[in-house]
Amino acid sequence: MWNRRKEDEIAPKPVSAPPTSSALAKEGIPMSTLPSRSSNEPHSETRGGSAVLGKSVIVKGQIFSREDLTIDGEVEGTVELQEHRLTVGPNGKVLASIKAREIVVLGTIHGNVETTDKIDIRKEAKLVGDIRTARIVIEDGAYFKGNIDIVRAEAPRPAAVPAPKPQPVASAPAATTPAMAAGAGDHKR
Amino acid sequence: MTLETRHSHGLDQFCASLEERPGLSILDLAGANQATVSFLTNYGHRLYSDDFLHQLDLCFGEGDFYENQTNPLKVAKFLESAVNFPEQHFDGVLVWDTLQFLSAPLLQTVVSRLRAAMRPGACLLAFFHAEERVDTIPTYSYRISDHRQINLAARGQRRPAQFFNNRSLEKLFQDFESVKFFLTRDHLREVIVRR
Repeated sequence: MWNRRKEDEIAPKPVSAPPTSSALAKEGIPMSTLPSRSSNEPHSETRGGSAVLGKSVIVKGQIFSREDLTIDGEVEGTVELQEHRLTVGPNGKVLASIKAREIVVLGTIHGNVETTDKIDIRKEAKLVGDIRTARIVIEDGAYFKGNIDIVRAEAPRPAAVPAPKPQPVASAPAATTPAMAAGAGDHKR
Repeated sequence: MTLETRHSHGLDQFCASLEERPGLSILDLAGANQATVSFLTNYGHRLYSDDFLHQLDLCFGEGDFYENQTNPLKVAKFLESAVNFPEQHFDGVLVWDTLQFLSAPLLQTVVSRLRAAMRPGACLLAFFHAEERVDTIPTYSYRISDHRQINLAARGQRRPAQFFNNRSLEKLFQDFESVKFFLTRDHLREVIVRR
């Protein structure tokens, strides 16, 4: 957003190489590529494999994933999932710029996010940063601060009547008419 | 969550000021909600969203709310976190009823900053309660249903810093090009000011 300097401070720090699974195992980090079976997992439906960063995991650096990823720990740096879904769990704290097909936020994100499909900000979630996405869902109770930029494949064609429900579909303003003002004053300088 | 619905001539005027031009930058200080996000982005606008009351509570909430607004350190932190925008960036600003909860010196600073963040010709929509015989006034989360209708989600009661009449509002927005009032039947002044 406006404080670019702060974003610079959280810019990804280059890492020499991604940690191997054996190295992670030595450090006892609960990282798994097995499908999560926890009853607390926010999304049970996954396409293919799903990786999970548990709530005691702290990662500083770059994360690239070719499968869905759930972060319930802390991540600082960048997160890129290409054509996959990122879920930031209720305990997750992500201080990073994020690119993914879809993002579901139940925890905290500080950083700019970009999705090719959808971002879903659930209640109790906190997101501070700019959003660039095709679709967005914000639940009541979520906190968001930043820009929302909806990216569509085609320019929106105005429709005759605005959509009655707050769904991210194209609509257009109707003609203006006087409202139910009991009294009005106009002062020009 | 129970929602009240009200018609808003001010919102109607605000939407008319956007003139169906897509790709405008709109500032909304009501806190992000699905209805407003969908309404504005469906027109192709870019939305900057923040919850101004949440920011006020974060900076001034502990202790005396209005006494804290005279603390230079707290004020500086608030201005940095909540009213720190690029100059001439926004084509429209929705502050709703939030300005009522700023003490006089801070209010003038915030209005000046908002004006600086608006492009020439841009409009700002603000609400002020006109009923002076009350200690507290209801606060809401404002959700745009359509260009003249708002859904209001109650956020409790708050004591306003001061009450405004037309003259005090003219003085508050004296640096703007024009000020337009709509006094509604439920003692709410809807104000449209144009930079």
